[in-house]
Amino acid sequence: MRVLVLAGGLSPERDVSLRSGRRVAEALRLARPDWEVAEADVDAQLLDTLTRRAPDAVVPLLHGAAGEDGSLRDLLDALGIAYVGTDGAGGRLAFDKPVASTLVRGAGIAVPDFLVLPQATFRELGAARVMSAIGAHIGFPLVVKPTRGGSALGVAIVHSEAELPAALVGAFSYADTAMIQAFVDGTEIAAGVIEIDGLPTALPLVEIVPDGALYDYNARYTAGTTEFFCPARVDDTVAARVQEVALRAHALLGLRHLSRTDVIVDAAGTVSFLETNAAPGMTETSLLPQALAAAELDAGETIAQIIAR
Amino acid sequence: MAGSRLDPWVEHYAVRARGMTASEIRALFSVASRPEVVSLAGGMPYVSALDMDSLADTVAAVIRESGAQALQYGSGQGDVTLREQILEVTGEVGVRAHPDDIIVTTGSQMALDLVPRVFCDPGDVVLVESPSYVGALGVFRAYQCDVRHVAMDDNGLEPVALQQAIDDARAAGKRIKLIYTIPSFHNPAGISQDQKRREQILAIAQNNGILLLEDDPYGLLGFEGVAPQAIRALDDQGVVYLGSFSKTIASGLRVGWAVAPHGVREKLVLAAEAATLCPSNYAQLTVSQYLATQPWRQQVKVFQEIYRERRDALLESLQAMMPEGTRWTIPAGGFYSWVTLPAGLDATSMLPRAVAALVAYVPGTGFYVDGQGRQNLRLSYCYPEPDRIREGVRRLAGVIETELELARTFGTAESLHQPTGESTPAPDLA
Repeated sequence: MRVLVLAGGLSPERDVSLRSGRRVAEALRLARPDWEVAEADVDAQLLDTLTRRAPDAVVPLLHGAAGEDGSLRDLLDALGIAYVGTDGAGGRLAFDKPVASTLVRGAGIAVPDFLVLPQATFRELGAARVMSAIGAHIGFPLVVKPTRGGSALGVAIVHSEAELPAALVGAFSYADTAMIQAFVDGTEIAAGVIEIDGLPTALPLVEIVPDGALYDYNARYTAGTTEFFCPARVDDTVAARVQEVALRAHALLGLRHLSRTDVIVDAAGTVSFLETNAAPGMTETSLLPQALAAAELDAGETIAQIIAR
Repeated sequence: MAGSRLDPWVEHYAVRARGMTASEIRALFSVASRPEVVSLAGGMPYVSALDMDSLADTVAAVIRESGAQALQYGSGQGDVTLREQILEVTGEVGVRAHPDDIIVTTGSQMALDLVPRVFCDPGDVVLVESPSYVGALGVFRAYQCDVRHVAMDDNGLEPVALQQAIDDARAAGKRIKLIYTIPSFHNPAGISQDQKRREQILAIAQNNGILLLEDDPYGLLGFEGVAPQAIRALDDQGVVYLGSFSKTIASGLRVGWAVAPHGVREKLVLAAEAATLCPSNYAQLTVSQYLATQPWRQQVKVFQEIYRERRDALLESLQAMMPEGTRWTIPAGGFYSWVTLPAGLDATSMLPRAVAALVAYVPGTGFYVDGQGRQNLRLSYCYPEPDRIREGVRRLAGVIETELELARTFGTAESLHQPTGESTPAPDLA
């Protein structure tokens, strides 16, 4: 079996992707010593690389555009190359946070109130009036984030209207459109889903307690700056509800093989959907590997089984 | 119940390790390493300009003729022949000394680490320029120094501001251990001190009894004839002078040096032995053989010409393309120009947009310890070919235009969130 792990790319999450790629490639080599596991960047030589290596399966571990927006997966489909993870359609739905949130909310799952505004709206209608309307509609505190992209890049918690301009500027550094969402105070939980024998199965929940207010880039990738509880410290009813939300999001967005849904649970036990990652991080500090370990599943073995099927 | 922090030693780290975290700016520089991106960020010397065949002969000769010495431990102070040859190099900037006054180090960065190691206790004040070399700031912070920036003008450290900073620190009961300066072709500011300014700064250091740490990696890379004379040329007791072969030969050799007064040098040697036992004999003998057998002055001229052409490409395209309100320094040597963006723009929050537009620079905040520099960025012209530099500036100009539009819309282009962790590239970024 020839497997090609794709990582890198040109997105701001290139470094995270490279780390995910190296880790998964090594795990696959350990799990299947007889397989030929190679790694490649996504660059102008990609098509040549795919032709030359003629992989039986590709493991796309790209984060951000191209890796998560579905385009690379569409290309692999067009080339008739099998790959791990969701197809282009699922990738597109999950990668766009407002689209995913709308779909999930439509199925009756709680989603914190949100608005989606492109940079042009502020320019054309007058930023001050638009920001004032945002504050009146959503209220403070609120969260500003780019509609696309991960690793909390460009995300900020905003406590007053005075902080809004700077937060929006930060989000627009990473995308042309910002999602402005009500802040929910509660327990942040990541719920992994993995398909075992083709059946989506919820993994043990990982509760995230960053040292600071935000589970930001630093908190995600500096070991020691965030405390994780796996299983999460919630009662069984809430845990079951979180897992159900993750499984339903996985199905609603048409995802395949694996995903990670992030939710927040408030004091009343309400589970609110934040986002689903169709290409979750697999670095040393990422959430899905922790959930797999808690389920006594080896990451390499799990991905090898997906490939073998 | 305690959770997992994925690092069982998290409670054990020293206080000085607190700032050592993941960094989203560093993550963006990972993208800048791709060939599609014009990187005006890193400070990698253009070593491709070296005569590789001759260097191969040099290395072969070292192993063939002195292999047993090259591959063995050596003196903690460095090879004595090389130290004599270093004096020939430092003579170009007026530094005269005895070979025993020199300690060879693993790049001048190591010498930069040794000086505060032997001088600074936590809380001691180190006065640095505004902005200052990020590698020095990192070292001073690691030794928990109280780093204070002193204003510069186009001619370097301002004497009045320097004296004021000394008076302020002393009035607050602080001990000032070092004045750190890069007088020639400053990194990142791209400016140089004239001779009068050098004398003024030295006089202030002398009058106040403060050791001057002179960092001079670019001194021989001027574009206007005679190399500026080092401050150390004026005082052999009050200055520790740092030099390097990274820019005049090759950074990968990691050979630098310090010229220090006798007592200081003794301590530096012992500290160096504690850190690394000895500098690489192999690298030292390679440099020594190169200096003895190759036309090194001619090679320096080749580097000067290459960097001058690239500096010109940068300055011409900045002049032609930068939006109104953007200012930059005009380097007469070295690798860098320091850009000031139009009011209200933030170089850190602009970086993701720049990288998306396939151009990279270093945001100014990395060259300060106190959050200054948001409106600044450093552009390096040392590595990309002139046409790539022009293309990079074209892309950057477009990014700044977009940023100006953001600022017009929101009344600011400053991000709420200032990233933590390293905000400058790793050494291996072009």
